[in-house]
Amino acid sequence: MLANIGVIILSMVLVNNYPLAQFLGICPFLGVSKELDSAKGMGIAVTFVMVLATAATWPIMQLLNKFEIGYLQTIVFILVIAALVQLVEMFMKKSMPALYKSLGVFLPLITTNCAVLGVCISVIDDGYNYIEALVCAFGAGIGFLVAMIIFAGVRSKLVDQSRMPESFRGVPITLITAAILSLSFMGFQGMVS
Amino acid sequence: MDLIVIAIVVVVAIGLVAACILSYASKVFYVPVDERVSKLRAELPGANCGGCGFAGCDDYANALVEDPELSINKCPVGGAAVAAKLGEILGKSAEAGEKQLAVVMCNGTRDAVKPLLAYNDIKTCKAAKNLFGGMNACPFGCLGLGDCEAACDFDAIHICDGVAVVNKDACVACGACAKACPNSLIRISPAKNLVVVKCHNTEKGGVARKECSNACIGCMKCQKVCKFDAITVENNLAYIDPEKCKNCGMCAKECPTGAIHDERKKKAAPKKSPEEIEALKKAVAAKKAAAAAKKEDAPADSTDAKADDAKEKAADTTAKAADVKADDTKADSAKEKTPVKEIKVETTVEKAEEKAPETVKEVVDESADIGDENV
Repeated sequence: MLANIGVIILSMVLVNNYPLAQFLGICPFLGVSKELDSAKGMGIAVTFVMVLATAATWPIMQLLNKFEIGYLQTIVFILVIAALVQLVEMFMKKSMPALYKSLGVFLPLITTNCAVLGVCISVIDDGYNYIEALVCAFGAGIGFLVAMIIFAGVRSKLVDQSRMPESFRGVPITLITAAILSLSFMGFQGMVS
Repeated sequence: MDLIVIAIVVVVAIGLVAACILSYASKVFYVPVDERVSKLRAELPGANCGGCGFAGCDDYANALVEDPELSINKCPVGGAAVAAKLGEILGKSAEAGEKQLAVVMCNGTRDAVKPLLAYNDIKTCKAAKNLFGGMNACPFGCLGLGDCEAACDFDAIHICDGVAVVNKDACVACGACAKACPNSLIRISPAKNLVVVKCHNTEKGGVARKECSNACIGCMKCQKVCKFDAITVENNLAYIDPEKCKNCGMCAKECPTGAIHDERKKKAAPKKSPEEIEALKKAVAAKKAAAAAKKEDAPADSTDAKADDAKEKAADTTAKAADVKADDTKADSAKEKTPVKEIKVETTVEKAEEKAPETVKEVVDESADIGDENV
């Protein structure tokens, strides 16, 4: 059981890293990675919401399966995740104003983050039980955080673009950097079968 | 059929449950928001530019309510109109922001600064700056090719005699010229400060003086003479603290090169005490006497050699000399003629600069100069 959990976490962080190996959650990966601080905030917020969303959607999936309407998975999950994020936001505003302020605008952004929906669906597809599903969601969040921090670190070296050919400056070099980073993470493929 | 009904019911049920939870939660987790925040937010332009120093319009509105001391005219987009509305909501009067002006910190006119090379390239200061730091011997001074003039949207800055000059009436202190100047010579500073150091040269006195006759040579005279500790000389350059400066103009008088400018002279003549008026009368009288006996005594004082007109210069120096000898008989004899004109001096000082008859003007200019010397 414990070994299984370890494998799941390792798999989600390195081998099946969401932004770099499965290409989920690319928008915050490219959009919020300009500064290390905000990248960290976004990563932590995503991890938090991923675990919560999985905790909420896994039981709902059992309900859908019971009624044999599993095909409604996507729309129901989106609904649940949106409501959940709203709830979390309200809760945090009331009881943890400091954390709410530091996460700021990231929290509502996560509502439409495909990585969150992706992890909810993939734990169902992989047939995990409830514990495994939560661990998997946590691992996916950590993987997202790691990718964000690495990418933000690399991008901070790209601030000075004066020695770059003009056609590469700005978004092009960011995409190329992301591609090379993704390529390096592909090296983990096959580590966990 | 059943399948569709079940699907719809399930989705609607989940939606309803979520809605109920959220509406309940919004009451449980309700955080009281000051209603003024939403009102303030409605008045702010919503540009979220961060120009106020906060993360956005919402943040500024929050901060305004939380901190009653916070200034309400921080929004650069809305300007005075928005500030007035914010003031209405908060019950504050919209304090008018202190008027500011662009100040050019150079007075290296063509005749003052030594030319280094004949520049015939692209006519922008930036280009000239790249070529050995410009065409003037002084590498800090105004290049006079008008980058600031081109940047100004208000037609408020022009190149006169090789140096940028700000039109104080047209300037709105937007800072466009300050950004355009490659030598960072233009500063946005409070309009109330009328005594300014018009030099940016940090080289040693001798070097600076060779480069430009109007340069600040770091002689520290101004620092010593200032009664308000407003002047510090650092890196061979005087700096006037705008907070401490009282516009007394002592430094400008003391300055041997004319690097410090007293611009208030042009606006209003300083009030004169009885002794000063007495001294003035004598000075004017002495001038008359000097004009009569022109050839005799015109001591060449090099530091006073700023007046454009040679005639004026001679009169000025002699007047000064006469002033020192307070009991000069010549002065006394000529005194009788002066009172009538003296009244004119007092009343027409402001107009004199522009329109006064030439004879009076000459007298006014010089008497004002002399009056200042005696403060």
